[in-house]
Amino acid sequence: MSAKLEVKDVTFSYDGETTVLRDVNLTLNDGELVCLLGVSGGGKTTLFNVIAGLNRPQQGKVLLNGEDITGQTGKVSYMLQKDMLLPYRRVVDNVALPLIIKGVRKKEARRIAGEQFERFGLEGTQMRYPAELSGGMRQRAALLRTYLFSADVALLDEPFSALDTITKSGMHQWYLDVMEKIRLSTIFITHDIDEAILLSDRIYLLNGKPGTLTDEIIIREPKPRRADFNLTGEFLQYKREIISKLQT
Amino acid sequence: MNAKLRSTISKIAFPAAALLLLILLWQGICTFGRVPKYMLPSPADVWAAFQKDWQLMFSHARVTLTEMFIGLFIGIAVGFLFAVIMDRFSVVNKMLYPLIVVSQTIPTIAIAPLLVIWMGYQMLPKIVLIVLVVFFPITISLLEGFSSVDADTVNLMRSMGAGRLQIFRYVKLPNSLGHFFSSLKISVSYAVVSAVVSEWIGGTEGLGCYMTRVRKSFSSDKMFAVIILISVISLVLIWLTSALQRACMPWDKIHLRRSQKI
Repeated sequence: MSAKLEVKDVTFSYDGETTVLRDVNLTLNDGELVCLLGVSGGGKTTLFNVIAGLNRPQQGKVLLNGEDITGQTGKVSYMLQKDMLLPYRRVVDNVALPLIIKGVRKKEARRIAGEQFERFGLEGTQMRYPAELSGGMRQRAALLRTYLFSADVALLDEPFSALDTITKSGMHQWYLDVMEKIRLSTIFITHDIDEAILLSDRIYLLNGKPGTLTDEIIIREPKPRRADFNLTGEFLQYKREIISKLQT
Repeated sequence: MNAKLRSTISKIAFPAAALLLLILLWQGICTFGRVPKYMLPSPADVWAAFQKDWQLMFSHARVTLTEMFIGLFIGIAVGFLFAVIMDRFSVVNKMLYPLIVVSQTIPTIAIAPLLVIWMGYQMLPKIVLIVLVVFFPITISLLEGFSSVDADTVNLMRSMGAGRLQIFRYVKLPNSLGHFFSSLKISVSYAVVSAVVSEWIGGTEGLGCYMTRVRKSFSSDKMFAVIILISVISLVLIWLTSALQRACMPWDKIHLRRSQKI
């Protein structure tokens, strides 16, 4: 496996005063799903902003396919807890927005986006407005938008945390299914330990102030995973290990 | 459907009944109270005056509406330009915002004669006055709309590699449409009033001139008729603006309903 994305010795502080991240090192392999787990306010989102190029680190580098992309936007895609679909654009036009920004013509962008709707479980919603969709469906659309932006690397910042428990577990199954098909290399932020174990290949723990990556846990359960993986003994063992290593 | 129909009827029926009562009361006072016609014409007198003079009134209305539309379009354009520049350069915003607010405290009726002195009795001073009145609500509401954009959405756009112009086009501008239309409704009614006021001061054509003339000849019935006509014109224009808004913002309806989720 080759390294898709590398974060090397990244240190970041706002206004050069409060250091939020110190010496963060992270590797994402091709087709891998890596979770970033830590308490709220621990600097997870800041690290994402650094990788996405929105924040420039004081030290360190971000490499994509070996190429230095530190401080550059438009290289990796990004998805937040809020779906941030634009209420005045139809779903298909929302999803196609990254293509339109890249200069693809509207008709062509709609065609490319439209081809993916079935794969993402969104068939029949093309010409709807986001307000007509449920929260889960909106997150699906947001993930499709993320995918169309870059099939290379996606950063997901607590994408399912605003959903209710039942919708959320349905979304996990859907997410694992979609990921089987599209094999998107992904870094996933969450503060939900169960979600992290269920979805990821590896988990990084972000601890301390300033935040740094203290532990790496490899989840050896093969994929595709069963939906009841979180009821097994192995699952609990992973969970126990993570809880003991997470500083609160 | 039945409930909807009933609510529509009650929405129209109650104010209509109140209006009818008011007109009857007014007619009663005029008929039995022996108020002289030049003080308070009865509704029947007003209607008769309108029937007699409507062709003249409409030809004056055409002039007023022409001024109004030209002023409105220029005002919207100027307001839009100001908003865009002030949004883009915060220095300009800091410099102009207080001035623009202060400029609005000067009463229209006070500027109108000055404009006539500077620009004569033709259409120009009237259009300028309308522009001055119209651009303010447009600028303020657009600025509000531009700055109320969700910061995370802008960040997402940036992370996609969108430039300033693309962020403006795909996020800021459509996000401000609702603000724009609410201010447009205000601007439209201001525009009609300002057109009439500017015609009081000077000129030979327009509803304002017509008003001045009938006032000088103590034709109160015609005075009432033209006031009602101006109100009706304003109402129709506001209604048209709302219709335009519904046509331009089809998603808004869904937002309000939020029904039939998938």
